[in-house]
Amino acid sequence: MQKKLQVEAIEQGSVIDHIPAHQGVKILKFFKFTQTNEKITIGLNLATKSGESKDLIKIENTFFNDKQANQLALFAPNATINQIKDFKVVNKFKVQLPSSFIDVLSCPNSNCISHNEPVQSRFYVKQKKTLKLKCHYCEKSFNRATFDELD
Amino acid sequence: MNNPLYQKNIISIADLSRSDLELILETAHSLKQNPQPTLLNNKVIASCFFEASTRTRLSFETAVQRLGGSVIGFDSGGNTSLAQKGETLADSVKVISSYADAFFMRHPQEGAARLASEFTSVPVINGGDGSNQHPTQTLLDLFTIYETQARLDNLNIAFVGDLKYGRTVHSLAQALSLFNCNFYFISPEALAMPDYIIEELTERDISFSLHTSIEEVVDELDVLYMTRVQKERFDETEYQHMKSAFLLNAGMLKNVKDNLKVLHPLPRIDEINQDVDNTPYAYYFQQAQNGVFARQALLALLLTNHFQAKP
Ligand SMILES: [Zn+2]
Repeated sequence: MQKKLQVEAIEQGSVIDHIPAHQGVKILKFFKFTQTNEKITIGLNLATKSGESKDLIKIENTFFNDKQANQLALFAPNATINQIKDFKVVNKFKVQLPSSFIDVLSCPNSNCISHNEPVQSRFYVKQKKTLKLKCHYCEKSFNRATFDELD
Repeated sequence: MNNPLYQKNIISIADLSRSDLELILETAHSLKQNPQPTLLNNKVIASCFFEASTRTRLSFETAVQRLGGSVIGFDSGGNTSLAQKGETLADSVKVISSYADAFFMRHPQEGAARLASEFTSVPVINGGDGSNQHPTQTLLDLFTIYETQARLDNLNIAFVGDLKYGRTVHSLAQALSLFNCNFYFISPEALAMPDYIIEELTERDISFSLHTSIEEVVDELDVLYMTRVQKERFDETEYQHMKSAFLLNAGMLKNVKDNLKVLHPLPRIDEINQDVDNTPYAYYFQQAQNGVFARQALLALLLTNHFQAKP
């Protein structure tokens, strides 16, 4: 069953692989794929060779631009994105952590000036190993887990 | 030669390089020796206190006037029609800065000065943004250390008191970490330096040690930077016990180095006994006065391209 799910082909679209288990649904929500009418196949808690489980998303007629691919790194730093055209993988790339996130996250510091002013939020990646982001405005650093709107 | 700070913003100490800091300190020193009462003639400086701070405001506005500039602004944003009309900070800054050649501001929210600098083309100087930064305080502290020790490298500097919540000590330690100093952090355990500062110092290979009383290290020091321990954070017995460890009196200074200077961002309550005031080591009142020169140096550098500090 699982094998079949993983090889089930789509004609045109994207396959996001190597998503850590439990992040797949968050990704669907974050990119608002829960509101699309495109056909989506998701696999949750699939077994991998290394023994850790993973999630997988296949979505038809949808392609990620670079900005979206970078945003994926917030959830799945080791994900790969396969672009499919005519049932063939035409492009395969690894998600890359960008050096900053603009207009994606809201600052966890409630006293930060960015909240009620006409500006985009901006965070710099301060530490990659356990992801730490620093707010451009209030200069405070936060662990990835502090951004609760992503959960 | 162009001055690298001309028309720049002063938002955060971390934005300034070692050579920027040295330029500011040399300029402050020069202005202290050779006043320039007409340097900012015909310049209008906005001094906008969205949150009250009497000391910082008086110091800054004195700096403007000592250079011959004039000041517009307000001293407590909560009472202004700006606050009452609910305008965004971005809009207030756009309007006010269109009247002025530079914009000095204090604001209760973190990031306010950075945001302001994105909505104006005149230089913005941060006079304190919430719990974040207060770079002109750090610059006056650095200037005072430089003035009294004739260098910033390889000094033994102790920070005493509330090291957890005190943004003053955080940014001073960060700035001094560009100069290879040796730090002693003296505080009750509950008010120790936060981890992120400790991590930064470790990354930069700065030597530091933690202590629980001033007397452990006072004889080795070049600079003793005192801060207030707020009584409210402790119960009465704890506080009495702490007093002896973290409060300074003249008797503790018997065997210190001749060049030791005791600094404090003021106001002090009882963490420095008044008997220290008459020792040759007390320098906190001169330190406060140096705030005027440090702020003059920023104004001179941001607003005049070819101002040359006289050595
Ligand atoms: Zn922030």
